[in-house]
Amino acid sequence: MLTKLTGGRVIDPEHGINDVVRDIYIRDGRIVDAPSDGKIDEEIDVRGKIIMSGAIDMHTHIGGGKVNIARTMLPEDHAESLLERTELMRSGCGHAAPSTLTTGYRYAEMGYTAGFEPAVLPINARQAHMEMHDTPIIDKGGYAMLGSDDFLLRMMAANEDQEAINNYVAWTLTHTQALGLKVVNPGGINAFKFNQRKLDLDEKNTFYNVSPREILQRLSRAVTELGVPHPLHVHGCNLGVPGNKDTTLDTIQGIEGLPMHLTHIQFHSYGTEGDFKFSSGAAEIAEAINRNKNITVDVGQILFGQTVTASGDNMRQFAGAPHAHPNKWVCMDIECEAGCGVVPFKYKDQSFVNALQWMIGLETFLMVDDPWRIFLTTDHPNGAPFTSYPHLIKLLMDKSFRNDMLSTLHPEAQKATHLAAIDREYSLYDIATMTRAGAARLLGLSDRGHLGVGAAADITVYTDHPDREKMFSSPDYVFKDGQMVVRNGQLIKITWGTTHVVKPHYDASIEKPLQSYFDKYHTVKMGNFKISDDEIVDDGRGSLTVQPLKQGGKL
Amino acid sequence: MTDKQSDGIYHDVASPFCGIASDDLVVEVNGNTVTVKENGDPVTRHGFETPLTDLSPRIKGQEVSLEEAVSHIVALLKNSKQPLIGGMGTDLNGARAAMALADISRATIDSQFSDAAFRNILVLQDSGYMTTTLTEVRNRVDLLLVVGSDIESAYPRFYERILWPQESMFGQEIESREIIYLGKKPSGDASTSPAGRKAEVIECDDADLPEVMSVLRALVNGKKVQAESVGGIAAADLAGIAEKLKAARYSVITWSGSQLNYDHAEVTIQNICEMIKEINQTTRSNGLPLGGKEGDTTVNAVSSWQSGYPMRTSFSRNMPDYDPYMNRGQRMLDEGEVDLLLWVSSFNTDGTPPKTDATTIVLGRSGMTFEQEPEVFIPVGVPGIDHVGRTFRCDSAVSVPLKKLRDSGLPSTYEVLTAVEQAL
Repeated sequence: MLTKLTGGRVIDPEHGINDVVRDIYIRDGRIVDAPSDGKIDEEIDVRGKIIMSGAIDMHTHIGGGKVNIARTMLPEDHAESLLERTELMRSGCGHAAPSTLTTGYRYAEMGYTAGFEPAVLPINARQAHMEMHDTPIIDKGGYAMLGSDDFLLRMMAANEDQEAINNYVAWTLTHTQALGLKVVNPGGINAFKFNQRKLDLDEKNTFYNVSPREILQRLSRAVTELGVPHPLHVHGCNLGVPGNKDTTLDTIQGIEGLPMHLTHIQFHSYGTEGDFKFSSGAAEIAEAINRNKNITVDVGQILFGQTVTASGDNMRQFAGAPHAHPNKWVCMDIECEAGCGVVPFKYKDQSFVNALQWMIGLETFLMVDDPWRIFLTTDHPNGAPFTSYPHLIKLLMDKSFRNDMLSTLHPEAQKATHLAAIDREYSLYDIATMTRAGAARLLGLSDRGHLGVGAAADITVYTDHPDREKMFSSPDYVFKDGQMVVRNGQLIKITWGTTHVVKPHYDASIEKPLQSYFDKYHTVKMGNFKISDDEIVDDGRGSLTVQPLKQGGKL
Repeated sequence: MTDKQSDGIYHDVASPFCGIASDDLVVEVNGNTVTVKENGDPVTRHGFETPLTDLSPRIKGQEVSLEEAVSHIVALLKNSKQPLIGGMGTDLNGARAAMALADISRATIDSQFSDAAFRNILVLQDSGYMTTTLTEVRNRVDLLLVVGSDIESAYPRFYERILWPQESMFGQEIESREIIYLGKKPSGDASTSPAGRKAEVIECDDADLPEVMSVLRALVNGKKVQAESVGGIAAADLAGIAEKLKAARYSVITWSGSQLNYDHAEVTIQNICEMIKEINQTTRSNGLPLGGKEGDTTVNAVSSWQSGYPMRTSFSRNMPDYDPYMNRGQRMLDEGEVDLLLWVSSFNTDGTPPKTDATTIVLGRSGMTFEQEPEVFIPVGVPGIDHVGRTFRCDSAVSVPLKKLRDSGLPSTYEVLTAVEQAL
């Protein structure tokens, strides 16, 4: 079956193609060359339409223990957004913490074809994969979380060499079926178990005498040396703390040129100026990002309304719990690995702090020069549910809309920002870079995020509506692996995406200390910790896609 | 994954029969006979060793093929005005299939363990909690407070595995661990330390626990208490516990939802959980709710991610509606609201359906006996014996793979329910 999309305006930043009229041919789930004999089975007229590859959300909490705690905790939030069963779709619900099925449907309806769970606790990876397995249409994957786990900290306290740490990282990525490596409040979740209430970049964990800076260096080096394409994914120290911009600037310096992705940077860009002792650090942070080419960021934009924050950072979530809205929250310590905290939150446009958070996120988007190194996220659901992306895109692409919104916010916060004076508007090419080509390149997805011959036919077709929120809310067509899943903004077919992983090589000698660790201290056997390929394939609906390592990756 | 040796011995076998899901069992399989050789206990031995008897489905007591039984279930569901899927003793994929079936058949779904599970879930939904997991407890606990529960009767290996390991990761002297029972006294000596140190036991009746916990919480918060005794316990003894909780570096408070078996026990649990949050203002303390056997934790987890809600969710409006009171399965049966009960209980022959006038379908463990023969009975495989599976532990964070130990030929709950769903 050969399908031709005729006459669309193609935006494909990976190939430098910006609004060029081209035909696209699809066969067997892939983008192919025009057939030499000219024979096609199906032609879809997309003249005048904008064509991009399917969008990729590189940081979205869609599966795993803390998300499921959030779901169970928030019946009142679901009750306002119930989804009826149809011939095609399972029923579901949820706005801040939607059910897995609803999550897949909603992403596809917005033209997204992949989403990545950024905080997979290794011991909870099995659950994260179960939930992602039940998330239809989109491709998925996860970043395994290390950095507060006792096994790593023991290695570091014993000053083991980098090769041993690389081995451990590779072993963890392999057996949790992960695509990348994440660190959350490096060492801080562990320190909280020893009753430390904060941990600055150079502060030592009282038991291990190890600092976050050292953890970041070790893990970033491991990822780099193993050739894992996605740089270390870092949720830094001091999330949400006024003045944390200095920590963030130190973190950028401290990594000494190694690749590093700083996630939800908005939550780490706060100063202490002004009457409220809370100010924007976005300009300084953006300047540092622009200068340090080894750094990438996603924003974690906040948008106003009810949501829920779900994080591995139970140290900071515990500190933030008094702000819970509604007033209920969960913190957990988990398996000598990490923890989690789930705190519902309502961002209010008439709150000085929340309004400024909104501004800081947008300032960051607009002041970071290179759309290949900044990614569009709300840290779903922490800053806002992912369903608000079309609104966020409009804020970036439409200055007058942005300034109209700005003028309704807390008046003192308006005085604390230069946002109104920023003229930049994102182009469609910038949006495609940020949400497609850049994201695929950042994650090392070799055949996604572009429209070249050989790419997976994950394709989104939009009407070039001047209201960008309308445009990005409701694509004309979405193709997933060559199959039309959305037409006129409506789901017409349910498919099941693949799970992207990396399999870096490790030396089996690492299993000797691990075996001893599991037997002595753990309540799960090492063999039962490992997630088999069969578990991902499961009932036959799942599949694994092993992404290549970088050239020169070694152990 | 299966560490089978030629002599039919399997190592590192996980047990779905107890909420702590010990996964270090050594099991011998000889034909269809399973024997726990090492690390067994009364709960796991009963779970693994219950013999296989029925192999054929029945309709009205007559043996039929699986296809006939499935067709009959399909017909019953098509004609049902209000089906209830109950029991829910199953694993991950059984739960997935039950959810899919509930959705398409507009059923209400509830589990046989919900009365206990909801004592915790209601707290989560009202005020939340701070909890920890088994490996953390094993390495960090310095004070264990057991509220209103006799742990070893339901979790025989809890102390051996969690409280009394050879060593802790952080150099703690294992013998220094202190255990206090508040409420029920333990039924045995599992809580006695390896060197013979006995737990402190401060008894009271279940009926007094709400008041006792309230006073303990008040004392933790430094409030003055006028009464000299509460529920037969000297206020000074409670003050002693409060001081210990505040002085401990990593206290753990544990309870079993099923053993706090009185009306509105969730309020007692809420008091425990709020007290834990308050202790955490200065030191570390966590809850450890025990429960979760035979798929209890699993089915609530799956239900939450697939529908947004835990058990006690109805699909009768073609979308999930959650109501922990209205959708309580037993209440619906008692009120005559249900015309068809589909009961799933694949782990335990004792997990039979409640007596009801509703037409009853049972997907049960082979060997189940009934006071009243159900309309349809399908003996299904036991996850972790007859087919592979996955089950969640009581602490929710951890799930373990279950092995296939024998070829009984019994279908899995997933296979049966999926066949029914496809036919609908």
